[in-house]
Amino acid sequence: MQQNPSSDSIVSLRDVQKSFGSLRVLDGVSFAVERGEVLALIGRSGSGKSTALRCIDRFEKVDGGEIVVCGHRVDRPDVDLRALRQDVGIVFQSYNLFPHLTIEQNITLAPCAVKGLANSQAKDLARKVLAQVGLEEKLHAYPEQLSGGQQQRAAIARSLAMQPKVMLFDEVTSALDPELTAEVLKVIEQLAADGMTMVMVTHEMGFAKGIADRIVFMHRGKVHETGPASILTSPTTPELTQFVGTGNLKS
Amino acid sequence: MSLQLDFPAVLERWPSFLAGAVLTLELAAFATVLGALLGTLAAVGRGTHNALISGACKVYVETIRNTPLLVQIFLVYFGLASLGLKFSAFTVAVAALTINVGAYTAEIMRAGFEAIPRGQIEAAEGLALSRLQIYWHIILLPAIEKVYPALTSQFVLLMLASSVCSQISAEELTAVANYIQSDTYRAFETYIIVAVLYVILSLVMRAGFWGLGLVLFPRRRRLGTPL
Amino acid sequence: MGGHLNINHLMFLGQGALWTIGLSVIALIGGGIVGFVIALARISPLKSVRIASAVYVQLIQGTPLLVILFLGYFGLAAIGLKVSPLAAAGASLTLYVAAYLGEIWRGCIQSVPKPQWEAAEGLALSRTQRMLKVILPQAIRIATPPTVGFMVQIVKNTSLASVVGFVELMRSGQIVNNSLFEPFAIYAIIAVIYFAMCYPLSLFSQRLERRMGRGRSNLAPA
Repeated sequence: MQQNPSSDSIVSLRDVQKSFGSLRVLDGVSFAVERGEVLALIGRSGSGKSTALRCIDRFEKVDGGEIVVCGHRVDRPDVDLRALRQDVGIVFQSYNLFPHLTIEQNITLAPCAVKGLANSQAKDLARKVLAQVGLEEKLHAYPEQLSGGQQQRAAIARSLAMQPKVMLFDEVTSALDPELTAEVLKVIEQLAADGMTMVMVTHEMGFAKGIADRIVFMHRGKVHETGPASILTSPTTPELTQFVGTGNLKS
Repeated sequence: MSLQLDFPAVLERWPSFLAGAVLTLELAAFATVLGALLGTLAAVGRGTHNALISGACKVYVETIRNTPLLVQIFLVYFGLASLGLKFSAFTVAVAALTINVGAYTAEIMRAGFEAIPRGQIEAAEGLALSRLQIYWHIILLPAIEKVYPALTSQFVLLMLASSVCSQISAEELTAVANYIQSDTYRAFETYIIVAVLYVILSLVMRAGFWGLGLVLFPRRRRLGTPL
Repeated sequence: MGGHLNINHLMFLGQGALWTIGLSVIALIGGGIVGFVIALARISPLKSVRIASAVYVQLIQGTPLLVILFLGYFGLAAIGLKVSPLAAAGASLTLYVAAYLGEIWRGCIQSVPKPQWEAAEGLALSRTQRMLKVILPQAIRIATPPTVGFMVQIVKNTSLASVVGFVELMRSGQIVNNSLFEPFAIYAIIAVIYFAMCYPLSLFSQRLERRMGRGRSNLAPA
């Protein structure tokens, strides 16, 4: 079931171990993401999929194994976190826009502070990425004036403004009702079509099936089954059969 | 300037320090118990529908919380004297500290009462508990449990604030320090020792309240909620 | 001596009240600056800095302000440093206020939801940038009501400076009393003046707190 990460992978995990206290959340997890690939991490809650995603951007430190992201050795203690996070964009379930800043300021903050972009350039950039997610008119709004779906699209735009090489999505539609979910998924689909490399933790099986080049099904801290999106319709392990059978495969 | 500290010269007065520390603890203990009662009554009073009672309680709480303890102590001291009443400095100090900490306790307890969900009371009413039973089991005890950390830090602050009673010659720890330093001319050493003693007293009080909390609130102990 | 309370006495009390305000401002500014450093030190990535600042807070919060004032005044004088009552009171209050404001502000900084820290980290902001641009602006909003509330404590606590001979409101009351010997009436007047300074601050703090409570409820889910 495991494959060797090839050298031109953008993200590769090899035999990653992670425990919270006595609870082993990741138990020898390996997978790789090629340039332009969309990988969906699926599994029950508690299977370790979110933890695996957070390890990629080093929001969790691993106990063992190797993680390479855009050439950064993320498992090493001396990894340059700021360089890593310029290459990786992450979008959270709870949007996490900064409530005291307008949407424009949310977007221009990092390009100005981290990359040293001039204010006017950053503002042009903000307009561009907001257009990408269909929110140009919300440039000067504050986050709390936006719906959940709009906030999440703005959060995606904020990540895009850093021009990351890979984007991570951590259950980005779980806090949204179906209608708002659809508008966020549309934005992600467009990103995929534009060739963005993406890793997403998702509960939307129909969406995963439609957009993912590859599915990684996690179960009890291990990669239990992996393959193209077709494994969702013809799973080979009983666990995945049960997982997609229990009403998860809706669209 | 040359800094030469001579602690032994001051430390040989340790029986006086000890007596002062004991008196400070006694002051704090009396005022804590009486103030907790007074404050709880005032908090209940503020919650009643009787405008006169709730207004009086509010005036009491706001007046005390917005004036210095030192002024309150002098007012009690000279107020009683002008009525021709003669009390020991200790009694006056306990009275003033009680009135003071009662107001803070009232505010804390009020927050505790407000944090009791309405549904809890309705559930108890549904079980046909009497008003008094509801007040005791469903409102008062859970409220105390909720605000226990805030209450106990207030009581530690009260112990520290009791140092102000040295100004009406109650012979507590700070008063003892004042006369020892004027005897020995070793002010720096004296006040350092007294500061250390106060730190120890406050640690002892905190440990005591923590232990008391474990006994009073077994649920917290089970859940491991920090007190 | 006797005599009646006259306009000169009231002027004298008024002057004392001004010094109470002045000393409060000194304590707030001095304590605010040192307290800000304490708050940051309490959450420093360096363990030694965290421990040192925690010990400082524990020591100050375990010592009565009156004793700190005595240490600052008689203590320093005893070792040959001649300091004015104003300098001694200002320095002692600064150290005292710093410990309390530092703890209040540390709590406010840490109550900015964890996802906000992570989002800022995910955008590759440096530690300083995260603090300045993301965390502190939100923490200041949270910190405003309790800080205004603590200003009431500062104003009241300056009354203890009277004990080391600084002529603020309390001390000027004692001086007036020495010539009139009407202690109850004079301390009642003093109490009213303190109340007039503190109560508006208390009300303001309560109003800020209520407004914050409303604002927080319509924030995005954490």
